Amino acid sequence: MALGPKTAVYIVRRLAQAVPVVIGIVVLNFLLLQLAPGDAATVLAGEAGGAPPEYVAQLRERFGLDRPTHVQLLLYLKNVLSLDLGYSFRNSMPVSTLILGRLGPTLLLMGATLLASVLCGVLLGLLAATAVNTWRDRVISVAAVIAYATPLFWIGLMLILLFSIKLEWLPTTGMEDVVAFNEGWDRVLDIARHLVLPTVTLSLFYMALYTRMMRAAMLDQRGMDYVVTARSKGLSERLITYRHVLRNAVLPVVTMAGVQVGSLLGGSVVVESVFAWPGLGQLAFQSLFARDFNLLLGIFFLSACLVVLVNLAVDLVYLALDPRINVD
Amino acid sequence: MSTPPAAANGRGGPPAATNGVDEPALLAVQGLNVALPAWADRERAVSDLSIQLLPNQIVCVVGESGSGKSVLARAIMGLLPAPHVHVTGGRVLFDGEDLLQATPGRMRAVRGARIAMIFQEPMTALNPLMTIGWQIEEMVEIHLVLGARERRARILALLEEVRLADPERILRAYPHEISGGQRQRAMIAMALILEPAILIADEPTTALDVTTQAQILALIKELQRKHQTGVLFITHDFGVVAEIADHVAVMRHGVLVEIGTAAQVLNAPQHEYTRSLIAAVPALAPRAKRVTDAAPVVLEVRGMTKTFASGAGWFSRARRSVPAVKAVELALRRGHTLGLVGESGSGKSTLARCIIRLIEPDAGSVRLAGIDLSALTRRELRPHRKHIQMVFQDPFGSLNPRMTVVQLIAQGPITHGVAVPEALARARELLQLVRLDPAAADRFPHEFSGGQRQRIGIARALALKPLLLVADEPVSALDVSVQAQVLQLLADIRDRLELTMLFITHDLRVAAQVCDEIAVMRQGEIVETGPTAAVFADPQHPYTRELLAAVPGRNWVPPRF
Repeated sequence: MALGPKTAVYIVRRLAQAVPVVIGIVVLNFLLLQLAPGDAATVLAGEAGGAPPEYVAQLRERFGLDRPTHVQLLLYLKNVLSLDLGYSFRNSMPVSTLILGRLGPTLLLMGATLLASVLCGVLLGLLAATAVNTWRDRVISVAAVIAYATPLFWIGLMLILLFSIKLEWLPTTGMEDVVAFNEGWDRVLDIARHLVLPTVTLSLFYMALYTRMMRAAMLDQRGMDYVVTARSKGLSERLITYRHVLRNAVLPVVTMAGVQVGSLLGGSVVVESVFAWPGLGQLAFQSLFARDFNLLLGIFFLSACLVVLVNLAVDLVYLALDPRINVD
Repeated sequence: MSTPPAAANGRGGPPAATNGVDEPALLAVQGLNVALPAWADRERAVSDLSIQLLPNQIVCVVGESGSGKSVLARAIMGLLPAPHVHVTGGRVLFDGEDLLQATPGRMRAVRGARIAMIFQEPMTALNPLMTIGWQIEEMVEIHLVLGARERRARILALLEEVRLADPERILRAYPHEISGGQRQRAMIAMALILEPAILIADEPTTALDVTTQAQILALIKELQRKHQTGVLFITHDFGVVAEIADHVAVMRHGVLVEIGTAAQVLNAPQHEYTRSLIAAVPALAPRAKRVTDAAPVVLEVRGMTKTFASGAGWFSRARRSVPAVKAVELALRRGHTLGLVGESGSGKSTLARCIIRLIEPDAGSVRLAGIDLSALTRRELRPHRKHIQMVFQDPFGSLNPRMTVVQLIAQGPITHGVAVPEALARARELLQLVRLDPAAADRFPHEFSGGQRQRIGIARALALKPLLLVADEPVSALDVSVQAQVLQLLADIRDRLELTMLFITHDLRVAAQVCDEIAVMRQGEIVETGPTAAVFADPQHPYTRELLAAVPGRNWVPPRF
């Protein structure tokens, strides 16, 4: 494939197809949240140590919570379509401002995680497959199984315990050392140091998965006819691995990476809470307990858009890697 | 070529290494032994095998599956799947050098540059993610130091030589973007680009259509003569042997049973096994018509049309439509066998599937014994299903591996309301009819060979006492000797039960043996139809003539013993 007009048409078509999907998700989320008991007014009243029913009713009226559900839904949809995500009464800020402020850290964490898990997974799988049934292969395979089977939050806590508290190599929480007032490269380095533990925690599971997938795919591809052809041409094993097998074997990993992105946001709720990372996951966690439905819906909306976009990106990568995939 | 001198020269064909010519051999395999892993069904893939290849000579190695012919080729190239399959003795002398003793580095220098290889399935033998041009260029790049422009000139010249039209486009194309014939031409170009002394061809035309096969065989022969290459040609098909071989070596269970010139082996085989193999090759001469036109019409197909659409989606119209069957008309009388002949993609399988409504046709009607099946709904059709039964091509995929043989056969009648004990008893009888041991009834399909499984498939189809049997390439996955047995069985059963049969095949030899009438299909249309003998003797349509001319070894009449 080439990035010709056909690909452009394909991208536009995919984006157009995404619109009804995202609207569907918004409606579904809205209706699901209606099922949850309590609303922002009761939570606010409860935090104030109790309030007269008139006060709660007044709050409801101010938030627009007293209207029938379908009117609220239509109003919300109208606002979303004009890209107005509403107001978070809890934080006294527009939802879009809140979310956009948290988007950066989350994208940073997601990107680092995706990159780390795919790169390390592919590399480890490659190392295992090129030395199959030797000690190298066994060490990698056993490590992969352990990482695969260990719960996410536990790994996070253990990493903090070891690297932050015992060894004091890495900071425990947050995204940067705010009081240090770092500038330029110092700041980048500081953020990078804060990024290490959450990234490792979030990426370990998928790294292990990709290691196993890559190893299996490499061994599978080595048995293919085109490898025999390459040998019959007189290529060395090294060239066969890097020129012919690697690219074919990486395709299933790319497919899986698309699936991973969807679950990354879910995983980041736990990890951002554990490491106090100021991202969307943490915000979602807080807004859920505050019954701040406007904010929660805004986060869901953005997540849906993100997943749609990343899936499109993964498909484009696939298109670039595999000439057999046709855009029409 | 072909039409070798008819009679034997009286000399016994000893299974020895001599080719009867006093010329230094290009390649001499001496006493080669290749061991199989402990779990294999025999100890050695190749036993004590000796064979020679002279310059400018084509040696065909013939054998059925499991004969060790491909292992021989890979042993010469040093491409055995070590450590499970490995050489345990013998020598492979090439230019006086024993390749079995060569270092891996030395072997890499020999492979491709001095001994090149082409394979059966060019689609899988080429890397799907790399352009044809790149894959050919890689061959030059790893063996020679040449500038990019010189490399390109050389590749383009060779693509021209293998007669690939529009070579510039082929160079940029990925394997899936060109046809099977073009892929094999590209493979041949890749193999010959460094002018190797030896070309090893492992069933290079088996996956191709018959007309393409004829072109590729002609091309290999032409290039071999031009470049004086020695060719070791591995095949299971005696027709191909008759087309191309100078010398023939016959292998069985890893042992060389006979070797000699093509004329000797093809026309006066000495060894019992060679004789039985050649006897199993169906003659191209059509059978005499054994039925009359007085029988009632069982199947009548009118205006059958099926177009496959693809690419339809939410936001898009169907972009491509592939007409698979175009307004086909057929009539089949009771007791007749109609052969539906055509190359891959001609629509013959789709037509069969439309007739039994495994696929819903777009238009057209099917009348079976006077009942218009196409007017029935799926539910109404169900009781009529038993009147048409099908035998499938793949004896491995078409039997449920979790059911015993007797269950498989009795399932159809039980579904149609026959009492279980009666159906099971009848299933056991049917096993005898298809000449399988009734003791086999309670075993599972994987315990049987391909030919036996195809017999089970036939018994299953017969269990419903169908009016019409549709056989979709029933023997094309089988070895030639097994194929002969299954064809014989089908013929016997047909005569005994007065079965009407629609027989789909790409193999004109098989069609000649089985069919009373044939219908030739191309691109979804029947271009010619008539009694087999008449069509073979005097084909009217140019495509039929082309097909007949492409049958490998058409000028060779297998001797009968």
